[in-house]
Amino acid sequence: MLPPAPALEAITTPSGFLLVPSIAVPLTGVVLAFVLGDRYVRLVAYAIIPLGLAIAVTILVALRQSAGPLVYLLGAWPPPLGVALRADGVSAVMLAATAVVICAVAVYAHADFKDTATRAPFAFWILLLAIWAALDTIFVGGDLFTLYVALELLTFAAVPLVSLEGHPDTLRAAIRYLLFALLGSVLYLLGTALLYGGYGTLDIALLSHRIQAEPASFLAAALMTAGLLAKTALFPLHLWLPPAHAGAPAAASAILSGLVVKGSFFIIVRLWFKVMPALPGLPATQLLAALGASAIIFGSVLALRQQRLKLLVAYSTVAQLGYLFLMFPLAFEASGKLEDGNALSGGLLQAVSHATAKAAMFMAAGSIYARLGHDRLTDLHGLVRTMPLSVLAFALAGIALVGVQPSGASLAKELLLRAAAERGQWWWAVVLEAGGMLTAAYVVLVLAHALVPTDGRIASTGPALHVRNIAALVLALCSLSLGLLPWDSYLAVSHGSVSGFFAVETLTKTLSSVLGGVVLAILIAPWPHPDAYLTRWKMVASILGLFQRSCHRSVGCLERANHVLCQWPAASMFLLILALLFGALMVGAHTFRPG
Amino acid sequence: MSTVTVFGLCAAAVASLGLYGLITDPRPLRKIIAFNLLGSGVFLLFGVVGRRGAAAGIGNDPVPQALVITGIVVAFSATALAIALLLRLFQTTAFLEPSIRAAPGDDPDRAAS
Repeated sequence: MLPPAPALEAITTPSGFLLVPSIAVPLTGVVLAFVLGDRYVRLVAYAIIPLGLAIAVTILVALRQSAGPLVYLLGAWPPPLGVALRADGVSAVMLAATAVVICAVAVYAHADFKDTATRAPFAFWILLLAIWAALDTIFVGGDLFTLYVALELLTFAAVPLVSLEGHPDTLRAAIRYLLFALLGSVLYLLGTALLYGGYGTLDIALLSHRIQAEPASFLAAALMTAGLLAKTALFPLHLWLPPAHAGAPAAASAILSGLVVKGSFFIIVRLWFKVMPALPGLPATQLLAALGASAIIFGSVLALRQQRLKLLVAYSTVAQLGYLFLMFPLAFEASGKLEDGNALSGGLLQAVSHATAKAAMFMAAGSIYARLGHDRLTDLHGLVRTMPLSVLAFALAGIALVGVQPSGASLAKELLLRAAAERGQWWWAVVLEAGGMLTAAYVVLVLAHALVPTDGRIASTGPALHVRNIAALVLALCSLSLGLLPWDSYLAVSHGSVSGFFAVETLTKTLSSVLGGVVLAILIAPWPHPDAYLTRWKMVASILGLFQRSCHRSVGCLERANHVLCQWPAASMFLLILALLFGALMVGAHTFRPG
Repeated sequence: MSTVTVFGLCAAAVASLGLYGLITDPRPLRKIIAFNLLGSGVFLLFGVVGRRGAAAGIGNDPVPQALVITGIVVAFSATALAIALLLRLFQTTAFLEPSIRAAPGDDPDRAAS
């Protein structure tokens, strides 16, 4: 763990200059690509991307040798007048994860965006670099207004990716995404205006010293949190995510699902942990985690009900985003503050492992779509013989998401479970375990369809491209081996927190969650009636049918509720209600504080 | 009532009008205009903040003005992007269906890869 930062980081540290190229290099790529035009855009991207990866790795190394966070003051003007860039362990980890995912996507997209007949390849590579620059700015930005601008740049780069192919449906999804994101960011901007009005600075380090528990800061915190939740698509504000992520081309979906939603999540973490750790209070953190828990249940069940693979993966993102918010009540210390510790490390590890695994999953789904010309789950039978590598990549990414050791998700889960045990909040431990089962359920569902033997070979329309599969496989393996990396120099992972690999206890846990997943998949997914295939065992079939029918009825209610929540007026009303609720809970926590 | 209070109330009124329009109006173009109204309200609030000079007790704080200018640029680009997408949508659907109410990705056959 890093030693505590000095109270006022008002000087540029020796390796602080590294933070500038982490933003400037991708931006240079964007400008260069515009100037050089269509023919050289891929060349520029392939020159810039390794350079960016090298910078991210250098930052990781430099941070390890430095005594505190890396700081760079733009133009040597100290805050509050100037703008500071800061990178602590958390930022460095996110920078590196972003670089790795972008590299993998660039390799994957090599084949996708080759022909220059349309504008799509040109747009794709430029937007990819722009997203990278915006994300890096979010990760190292040291003041709330810089974060706002970076967040907007991220949205502006992400929205066109959704509608890259220009179909009316994807255009509609893009407009919906843009408008909802704009609503969220205006609320965030309103919050920054209130904070500036109250404290005369937006610098994170300065603000954290000046902020007081008073109405203006509660209002600002509530508005900013709600706005950022809308951009992160946390349930019930997820209306834009499934159509946008499922409609985009596979390489774009991988970026959108893996990285873009993490940008606004990262700002929430900055806001709650760095700017105002003492402000939210326990009830607000519980509400945030409750939303996360509902996201896990809704997202996973809806994923199980989807007919198309890409929609299934998109709803799985809705569910996995819920996981990221379980850490907030678990990081709440007895001192009445949110503090760095196992819970925060667990949450961020979850974000990193989801970024890699989900990107790999979308890539695998995209390869399948490109090869077969469709991604209807029921027509994927026998897929494993036609596309073994894609199925393997999907399976490995799924295993990593479920939290089988030594994946990053398993380490994250362990850290969160530990924090839950320390705080005595057992209910979040239950949610974590149940979430693992639900994740296993939709992974098993897809694999069951892909592994079913068929007589004839599956009809393929597109060419087989091994480069794509290898990119997806490497990324899935990355996610699967995240638990082995030495995190303790960057995140607050306490030593000896990792239990032995492949111990009997962990194996039984994994097995039980997979078995639970199988049962859930059988009960919830839209199979044909069991009478159709269990002809010999009438008894079993009738009992199974009975259970399935009752499950389907309750799941039907969930689907109807989701349909209502995905209407624009309902979602935006929920956004305002959430802002009100957060505000009320924060005020309540400070009014009725014991002692 | 001081001028600052009047401007603050105006900002609140403009922002709430914009918010109302953004939530209730189903037409995308109206939504974009409502977003601009909401943004204007927030920028006005920044102006009020600058006038109050919270930073150093000075009469006019220049930082909020710099923030507002940046914010206006961002809102302008957002509007441009939204309008461009909307125009493209109208071109591809030949002015048939300007509403964005339906959830597009849920349709199994029409949605793209």
